[in-house]
Amino acid sequence: MVDAAPLLAMRGIDKSFSGVPALTAAELTVGRAEVHALIGQNGAGKSTIIKILTGAHRPDAGSIQFDGSAIAPASPAEAQRLGISTIYQEINLVRYRSVAENVFLGREPRRLGLIHWSRMNADAAALLRQFDIDVDVTLPLGRCSIAVQQMVAIARAVSTDAKLVVMDEPTSSLDDREVEVLFGVIRRLKARGVSVIFVSHRLDELYAVCDRVTVMRDGRTVAQSRMGELGKLDLVMAMLGRRLTESEARGIHGTERAGGAPLLEVEGLRRGHRVRDAGLSVRRGEVVGLAGLLGSGRTEVARMLFGADAPEGGLIRHKGAPARFRAPGEAIRARIGFSSEDRKAEGIIPDMSVRENMTLALLPHLARAGVVDTARQQRIADEFVRRLGIKCASPEQRIRELSGGNQQKVLLARWLCTDPELLILDEPTRGIDVGAKAEILSLVEELADGGLGVLMISSELEELVQGADRVVVLRDGRSVAELEGDALTEDAVMHAMADGGEPAPGRAPAAAAGSGTGSGGVSGGGAEARGG
Amino acid sequence: MAEITLQKRPGEAAAVRTRRRIKALARGWGAPLALVLLLAFNVLFTPNFLTWQTFFVNLTQVATIVIVATGMTLVIATGGIDLSVGSLMAIAGALAPLILSGALTGPLDPGLAVALAFVLPVLAAGLFGLFNGVLVTRFAIQPIVATLVLFIAGRGIAQVMTNGNLQTFSNPSFQWIGLGRILGLPVQAVLMVAIVALAAWILRRTVFGRHVLATGGNEPAARLAGVPVTGVKLAVYAISGLLSGLAGLVVIAINSSSDANLIGLGMELDAIAAVAVGGTLLTGGRASVVGTLLGALIIQLLRYTLLANGVPDAAALVVKAAAILLAVWIQRQGEGR
Repeated sequence: MVDAAPLLAMRGIDKSFSGVPALTAAELTVGRAEVHALIGQNGAGKSTIIKILTGAHRPDAGSIQFDGSAIAPASPAEAQRLGISTIYQEINLVRYRSVAENVFLGREPRRLGLIHWSRMNADAAALLRQFDIDVDVTLPLGRCSIAVQQMVAIARAVSTDAKLVVMDEPTSSLDDREVEVLFGVIRRLKARGVSVIFVSHRLDELYAVCDRVTVMRDGRTVAQSRMGELGKLDLVMAMLGRRLTESEARGIHGTERAGGAPLLEVEGLRRGHRVRDAGLSVRRGEVVGLAGLLGSGRTEVARMLFGADAPEGGLIRHKGAPARFRAPGEAIRARIGFSSEDRKAEGIIPDMSVRENMTLALLPHLARAGVVDTARQQRIADEFVRRLGIKCASPEQRIRELSGGNQQKVLLARWLCTDPELLILDEPTRGIDVGAKAEILSLVEELADGGLGVLMISSELEELVQGADRVVVLRDGRSVAELEGDALTEDAVMHAMADGGEPAPGRAPAAAAGSGTGSGGVSGGGAEARGG
Repeated sequence: MAEITLQKRPGEAAAVRTRRRIKALARGWGAPLALVLLLAFNVLFTPNFLTWQTFFVNLTQVATIVIVATGMTLVIATGGIDLSVGSLMAIAGALAPLILSGALTGPLDPGLAVALAFVLPVLAAGLFGLFNGVLVTRFAIQPIVATLVLFIAGRGIAQVMTNGNLQTFSNPSFQWIGLGRILGLPVQAVLMVAIVALAAWILRRTVFGRHVLATGGNEPAARLAGVPVTGVKLAVYAISGLLSGLAGLVVIAINSSSDANLIGLGMELDAIAAVAVGGTLLTGGRASVVGTLLGALIIQLLRYTLLANGVPDAAALVVKAAAILLAVWIQRQGEGR
C-alpha cells in the first residue's frame, strides 16, 4: 500500500480571493485505503483546499491527480461522479424524508416507473448494517440522532461508489460514544479500500483513527508525515509555526501586579460536548489568558461566564458569592463586559454611528426616565474617541465605514465606558493590523494596572505569554494547566495544548497543574501556590 | 477589481462619486421630493385640488393607514413584520359596538360605555399583538408566519363575536374619534400627527427606541451588549396591536357601522407599502417614522390623483405597485457596495 501510487495527489495548488492568497503551492497527498488527517488553525487554508478538491472552487494553479488521472472538478456533483464525497458539519440531507429515501435520494430503485419501496428499504437497511448501524430505515431522518444522520450521509457516500470521503469536523457535535461508532465506520471504510480525509481539531481523535497527517499554515502545506512519527507537540508547533528554540520569549511582567481580590472563580463548568470541565479564576488587576486550540471550548466558556449561554453544570462565583447570570444584561449589571471574537456578527451594529455603538451597553445609565441624555452620550463618545485614538470622520460616522482595528477600539470603548470590573476579550486582536494590535494590547495592560480584571482569549501564544499574568489552558473542554511566572512560556503553553499540561522536558514543573485528560480541572486561583 | 478601479482616470472617479452622491441624495430626499412633485401636479392639473374639502378627505383616508403603519415601522425596525394588523382592526372594530350597545356587559352608564368602548377594544388588540410577540420570541417562529396566524384567525374571531352581522350604531361621543374636529381639523388627523411625532421621538431619543434599532441592526450583537431583545420584540408587536386597535375604532366611527368582514381589509399591505416607500429598511436596523408618514401620503395622493383625473381604481393599484417598486429601488441605491 505504501508503494502504490497515491489515490489523490494535489500539487502546487494556488488560490487567491480578490488578490489575497488563500493557498500558495499547497499540497495534499492521500494514499489508497488511508485515513488522512488535515489540520491547521483558522485561515490556514484547510477548507479552501477541500473546496477545490470537491469542485466548489477552481484553483488558480496546480494539478490534481485522482485515481490515476488528472481531474479538474467544476462542481461538487462532478467531484461526486469521480468518486469524491463530502460529509459536511451541517448535514445536507432531507430531514423530513426517511432514512432509506435519503440513502437513495436521486437514484431510487424503481419498478414500473415508481419507487420500489420494499427493495429500497431492504437495500438501505443492509447497507447500514454493514456499518453496524441498526435503525428503522423508514423513520424520518430528522428523528435520528446527529450521529446516525452522519452515518446515513456516509452510507450514502459509500453506496455511490465513493473512493474518497471527506469529513469536515465530523465529531464536533458528537458525544464520546457516538465518536466511537463513527470511528468504527471509518475503519470499515478503510477495510473496504476507501480513503478518508478527516478534518478535526481534537488531537486525540487524530491519533486514534488517522494513518497520515497534513498540516497547513498560512495557505501552505508545512508538514506531511505518518501520524505515528509526529508527536502531538510537533503537530501543535507545526500548526502554530513555532519551534521550541525560538519560543523562549517570556512574559515581561512578573506577578507583582496580581494579588487583588478574586472577581470570578469558576469550577467544573460544563455544557454539551464542547465544555466538559473548565475552571479558572480572575482577580482584580490581573490579566488571565485563556489558551487552547480551535474547538477546545474557549469561546463557549467565555459566553457562559457572561450569561450568553446557560451552563449545564459547574460553579461560578462572582466576588465570592455563587452567581448565575441568565442574560448578558445581568452580567453587565455586575460590571462584566464581553467582547466577542466575531466582530462583524456579534459586535458592531453596522448601520449605527460610532457614538451609538460605543454607548450601547451604557445606554440604560445614560437615560433619565427612559430618555437618552444625548449631550452626555456625545461627551462620552468624544472622550473615548480621543482616549483610544479612534480614527473616524466624526462620532456620527457609521461604524461599518471604519477599519477593523478602529471598530475593535469602538467595541472596547463600549465596555470601558461602562466602567467594568472584569472584561472578557475573545480574540481582541483578530483581523486587525499590527499597529492597532499593539495599541489594544498596551491598553489592556494599562487597564489592568488600573485594577481591572481581564480574561483574554487568544490564538496567538506570543500575545498570551507577553500580555497575561497567568494562562489557563483548555483542551477538549477541560482546563488542563495553569501557568504563571517562570513557568509561563510559549513552550509550556504549547505542551499543555498538545498533551495536557505535562511540563516541557528538562523544565521545572513550577505552577503547571492538572496533568492528564481525566479530572484535570484547575480552580480557585486564590489558594493556588504562586510560582516564580 | 482593485486594479481596475486604480486604472480609472481621476475624472471618472469624480463622476462615480457624483453619481453616488446623487443616489444617496435620492434615498434621503426621494420621498419628500416625490410628495412635492405630486402636490405640484395636482395644483396644476386637478380641478378643485386646493380646497379644504379635498385636504380633509385625503387626511381622513390616510390617517388610519398612518396610525397602523407607525406600529408596523417599529416592528419592521426590529427585523420583523406584522401581517395581523388588519385582522386586529377588525377585532377592535367588532368589539366596540358590542360594548356601546351593552350586548357584552348588560346596560351601562352611557359615559362609562363610551369610555370602555375606547379602552377595551384597543387593549384587546394590544394583547393579541403581544401574542404575536410571544410566538416570535418564546417559540422562535418567523414573524411572517407567526403573524399569519392572527391574520387568518383574527378576522374569524371578529366574525364569531358579531355572528357575522353588520352592526350599525349611532353614538356621537364615540364617533367623535372619526367625525369630530379639533381646531377645525379631523380628530383622526390630529391623532395621526401626534402618534407619528411621539413615535419618531421615541425612536430617536429613548433607550427603547435605540434598542429597537439595535435589535434590528444586529440581534446577536445587541443581545451581547445587554439589550433585552426579547422584551423589545414583545413591546413592538404589542404596540403594533394597540395602534391597529385604535385604527379599527376610527374606521367604524366614520362609517357608523361595523362589518367584521371589511374593517382593515388589506391594511397590512398598505401599511407595509407606506413603510417601504418611506425609506425604512425592510431587513431592520434603519427606520424613519416620518418617512412612513410621507410614504403613506404619497400612496394616498397618488391614488387620489389618479381617481380625480378619471383613472379607474384598478389601474391605480398598478401605479401604486410601481411606486413601491421605485421606492425599494431607490433604497438600494447609494447602499454603496
